[in-house]
Formats: sequence, structure tokens, C-alpha cells
Amino acid sequence: MELSGGEVLIQALKEEGVEFIFGYPGGAVLHIYDALYEQNSVKHILVRHEQGATHAADGYARATGKPGVVLVTSGPGATNAVTGIATAFMDSIPMVVISGQVTSKFIGSDAFQEVDCIGITRPCVKHNFLVDSLENFAETIKKAFHVATTGRPGPVVVDIPKDFTAPGVKVPFEYPKTVNMRSYSPAEQGHPGQIRKAVDLILSAKRPMIYSGGGVVLGDAAAQLTEFTELLGYPITQTLMGLGAFPASNKQNLGMLGMHGTYEANMAMHDCDVLIAIGARFDDRVTGETSSFCPDAKIVHVDVDPASISKTVTVDVPIVGNVSSVLEAMIALIKDTKKRADPADLAEWWSIIKNWSSSDCLAYDKTSKLIKPQAVVESLWRATKGDAYVTSDVGQHQMFAAQFYGFDKPRRWINSGGLGTMGFGLPAAIGVQLAFPDETVACITGEASIQMCIQELSTCLQYGTPIKVINLNNRYMGMVRQWQEFSYEKRYSHSYMDALPDFVKLTESYGHVGMRIENPEDVDAAMEEAFAMKDRLVFMDFQTDQGENVYPMIEAGKGHHEMRLNPARELA
Amino acid sequence: MKRRHVIAVLMENESGALSRVAGLFSARGYNIESLTVAATHDPTLSRMTIVTIGTERVVEQIIKQLNKLVDVVRLTDLTEVQFIEREIMLVKVRAVEQGREELKRLNDIFRGRILDVTDSSYVIELTGDDHKLNAFLDSVGRDNIIEVVRSGATGVARGDKSLKP
Ligand SMILES: Cc1ncc(C[n+]2csc(CCOP(=O)(O)OP(=O)(O)O)c2C)c(N)n1
Ligand SMILES: [Mg+2]
Repeated sequence: MELSGGEVLIQALKEEGVEFIFGYPGGAVLHIYDALYEQNSVKHILVRHEQGATHAADGYARATGKPGVVLVTSGPGATNAVTGIATAFMDSIPMVVISGQVTSKFIGSDAFQEVDCIGITRPCVKHNFLVDSLENFAETIKKAFHVATTGRPGPVVVDIPKDFTAPGVKVPFEYPKTVNMRSYSPAEQGHPGQIRKAVDLILSAKRPMIYSGGGVVLGDAAAQLTEFTELLGYPITQTLMGLGAFPASNKQNLGMLGMHGTYEANMAMHDCDVLIAIGARFDDRVTGETSSFCPDAKIVHVDVDPASISKTVTVDVPIVGNVSSVLEAMIALIKDTKKRADPADLAEWWSIIKNWSSSDCLAYDKTSKLIKPQAVVESLWRATKGDAYVTSDVGQHQMFAAQFYGFDKPRRWINSGGLGTMGFGLPAAIGVQLAFPDETVACITGEASIQMCIQELSTCLQYGTPIKVINLNNRYMGMVRQWQEFSYEKRYSHSYMDALPDFVKLTESYGHVGMRIENPEDVDAAMEEAFAMKDRLVFMDFQTDQGENVYPMIEAGKGHHEMRLNPARELA
Repeated sequence: MKRRHVIAVLMENESGALSRVAGLFSARGYNIESLTVAATHDPTLSRMTIVTIGTERVVEQIIKQLNKLVDVVRLTDLTEVQFIEREIMLVKVRAVEQGREELKRLNDIFRGRILDVTDSSYVIELTGDDHKLNAFLDSVGRDNIIEVVRSGATGVARGDKSLKP
């Protein structure tokens, strides 16, 4: 079969089982767009901004576990995609971005819409390729998908000069069955000796703690993590990225840890004697001040990426391998031995933890005349029976979502943890809803974040994605305001959101349903009403308490045991 | 404690491979003392020698991060084994009056070669490791040096050990 470059791309995507390609046309990809015309193997989703395309592909990838695919033109198309590529990179999301490039003979001549896409994206991709001949285009795409989806996943950019996609130039097409890359061989199984050592340490603990991260979600190891944790009877905490990999409703779960983690999770981290880190990377928002991080603990660390091991915190028993196979091996060893942690020690440890839990650190003022953002998230949980896909933007609302929407399943909580990209939530929700048309998808956002990709409301209308947007509108960049309140003597420099649009009218002009909710007693009814509109996008603009803060909070330079708690807990 | 490490890297001989390594060092704030690269007898592979100074922990991260680059095939920290280090240096020195004799003597002691002679200068070629080249420069004295060009270190392990794909 002889195909043009544009046709090669489409055939290759078909071979990879790609359902959707999120894109935006332009000069350098016009040949590809022509090949996309009147074919139905891959569905193209036309976004309104290339950042939206990358976030939508990213949301699709996070929800399904399959790589998200993006198509953008050269120059501004590529630069607009960079934020979304970096977002996916920081959270290790599999993504393949096809970017057009100027015709090969013009490369380096400052041609119209030329940017060095390979150079610009290099620091925020797992790998990138500049296609240098049509003959190896198919193989390059194969490699791109292979690299993006194996080992520690990540975004891969394939930059293709326009001349290689021209309709008149054809090559014989055969999609490679396998990939041969001598320079790339991601770890699979963990080292058996290390696994044995880890299990010995784990079973000799007096005050054990399991700390799991996004790697468990990405590695599809939630079932193994749950079995492992239940088998041991140990307490567990998750990072922001790891929520849902162990059920929030399970009594062993102490909730999220870190800067806005629960009191019990952070205290247990600080006092544990054996820490079992699984698919987590000791990020600074989790560890706080590393010199006072888990001062008494021996640390086991399971991760697919060797470079994550002892990067910020030195560990005692590292295991490099994919989390599911390592967990399975550890479960088998534990089942094989009679050795267990001393039940008396464990019981005592749990009683200390119960005592911490009784601080009720997430309690908030329920008597307020103003809508509390926490109450909205709890109401959302009830309206969706805790089973929605929830995307979010970045700020206080993101933390309230993480703290108050108890996720029992993996891949339901979709947020930008590593890069913290405002504007992520709405386009990500599009990707999720397209992947799962029959599931409930909610986007928890803030009035500042939503305006960073609000144009995607138009995409939502075109493709009929009935997302429910939960706008926790506090008229402030709340997270910025909170830091200014705590650390800058309430000097609220440029964090007030003035001149806001009327979100109801704005939404209506995009052809959706808008609602504005101002009183706490209306929250539940409004939720019911919105979620009853199964096939409509509903934008719910909740006017929330402007002064609310996210608690607990570990401030900069502090350890896990030095949390700032909500002064309003007594009013709960 | 910070130590000097010489890291040999075998990588795909592809455009952009060098900038991935250079970018990694600048993005993560690692120190590069020198970096040399050229194709090997296998034209699909190039070999790079990186000299860096860092603590145990930082150098461990450098090695892991280099390994993580998709273009990197194999690498080794030569400072962990017995190895040979060589660097070539060209030095243009002021050579006048009795200094001319003195420089010639120094050149002989260091087994250098005088490649170019004028009324007032020599160009001396010297090969060796870091210590030797520095010692030569110290002996010549700052005031007499007009120009220094160094290739950066290259290195290879002694004995049977080798870096192969
Ligand atoms: C693109 C981008 N710019 C700036 C920031 C810094 N930032 C973090 S949270 C935040 C405020 C978010 O405000 P809003 O969306 O209203 O959420 P709230 O905190 O009020 O819930 C800002 C500006 C960011 N994370 N992303
Ligand atoms: Mg806000």
C-alpha cells in the first residue's frame, strides 16, 4: 500500500487504536487535515485553543489509561500546546503530540510560523522526534507511542515538516509490529532480593505507614495496592495524584498527606518507623521541609523510574519496577510467611492515629450564612453518589475537591498536580466525557481558573459534552489570597478578581445552561436540578465565602507535625 | 564531599542528542567542567565524555537522569574504575629573551611539542590529564600565557572493561 505522509499518520493512529485526536489546523498541517477529511477511523475534536487540545487529550489519557493524541500546526500552534505538554510531563501522562513544521528546506530560515518545536519542548517531554524522512515516519510514530506509554509514561512530540505530508509524495506503508530501541528499556519486574528485604522490613514495623502516589493510578495497580494494604492492616495515605487508588471510604485510609493533607496522615508520616512509598516521588508539597521528614523512619520506595529514587529524600530499600508487579510479588511473599508485625504494636499505633483523627481536621463552619466551598463539594458527592469523574483547576477549590470528594476508584480524580496549571479543568473534562459519554463528569473550578480556558465551552457545545461545571466563585484567586493573608500581612496584592463576567449569561451565550447559587440552603436542590439535565452542560456559579481558607496547612519550611489548623473547627 | 567525576556516555548519533544532555545539565543546575563528543567507529553512535564536580548524591542523580534520556545507550562513571584520561591543550605563550630557553625546557619536561615559533611567542601542544595540564600552566605562569585552548577530557577504562551498546 502506497500512502502519503498524511495518510501514513492516519493509518498509524488507526493501528494504535486511537479514537480521538484533539487538534487545531494551520498551514503546516493542512496536508494532514486534508487526509483527515472524510475518513472515520479517527475522530477529530476541534478545540478553540491548542492548550485546550493538550488538556483534553490529557484528561482522556488520565481517565482511560490510553495515550491522548494531539495535532497542532507549527509556530503558534506548537507554542500554545507547550503548557499542556508540560502539564502532562509533570504528571507522567502518556500523550503523543503531532506538530507540523515548516517545509524541511526552510527549517532554520526564520520561515513563516517557524519555531524550533523540538528545542522548545525538549525540557518538558519524555522524548521528541523531528521526522527527517517520509520513509521512517511510520516507525517514528510507533516509537512515539511506545515511549509515551511504557515505563514512566509521558508526552512525546513528533514534529513533521510539511513536505513529508504532501499528498503527491507516497511511500509503501507497513506499520511496524514491534519497536527496537537499544537506548530505551524501561524497568519491569523489581529485583527479587530487594523485594524480600522490603518485605522483611515491612513486617518488622511497629509504626508502619503506607504512602502511595500517582504511580499506582498510572500503573493500574489500585487493586494490588488495596489487597496489600488490607492484608497488612496498616494505615495508608495518598498524595494529591494518588487519590482513588485506595478507597477513601476504607477505614485504613487516613486521606491525603502533604501541604493540605489531613492532620492524622501528616502526623503518622512524622512518627512512623517504617514508611512504604509506592509510586510516589517525595515531591516538596508532600515532604515539607525534608530535614524534618519522617525523622524516625526506614523507607521502602517502589517506583518505575530509577531517577525518582533518593532524589529528594534518601531511601533505605529502593525497588525499581512497575508498581503492580512489585506489589504482587510482595503480596505473595507476605502470604507465604507467618511473620507479621506485632499485633500489640499495631493496635497501639492505631490508637494513637485514632486520637489524631479525632481532631476532625477537615471540620468547617456549617453555621455560616455564606456558601462554604467545602459544603458544595460534599453536596456534589451526594448528588453523584461519589461516583463521578471529577476534574479540577488549580487553587483552593482544587484542594477542597481533593479533601471533600472521597474517591473510591482510581482515574476518577483528574487534576494538574505537578505543574498546577490553571485552565486545565474544563478541557480535561471534555476528554473524559468523550471517553465515557455515559458517565457523570464534573469540573470543579474557580472564577479565575475557568477564565483561562473558558473558550472551550464552545467545543463542549459542538461535541455535546454534558459536563457539570462547579464554579466555586469567591471573587478571589483564593489560594493567592490565602498566602497573602498568612504570609504578607493581608496585603492582597492583585488577587481580587474584579470585573468578572456574568457567568450565567456567558454560559448561555455559548448555548449551555447557567445557574447562579447564592444561599447555602439552595445548594443541594441546585445540584439535583443540574444533574437531572443529563444531556446538557450546566455551569453552576456558586457564590462562596470570600474569606474561606484551606486547612490544615503546612507552611513553607515547616515539618509534617507543624500544621496550621482551621480556627473555625469549634463552629462545626 | 564534592568530587570530580568523569562520565563516559554512549549515545545515538542523532541531531539534538547533544542538546538533550546540555539541556539536562542546565535545567537541573548540574555543573559541567567539560564536555566532548564525537562519532565512534560505529557511525550510529557517538561517545561523550563529561567532567563534572558534585557530591555523591548529585552525581548519582546526574547518572540516573542521563540514563533516562532516550538517546543514551549506555554510560559509565570512569572515576569508579581504573581509567586513562587524556586532554589536548594548545597554549600560546610569550617567548622573549631568556624566557625562550626556559619555556623550551618546560616544554621538554612536560613532553610537549612546540608547533609554532615567532620572535615573541610559541604555540605548545600538550596532552595529558587535568593535573598535568594545570601543572604546566602554573609553571608557565599567568603573565606569560597569551591564549589557552583545551579540548576537554576524554577517557577510557583500563583493562578489559569497555562501554559497548
Ligand atoms: C497558569 C497559572 N497561573 C498562575 C498560577 C498561580 N495560582 C495558583 S492558584 C491561583 C488562583 C486561582 O484562583 P481561582 O481559580 O479563583 O481558585 P480559588 O483559589 O479561588 O479557589 C493562582 C493565580 C497557576 N497555578 N497557574
Ligand atoms: Mg477564586
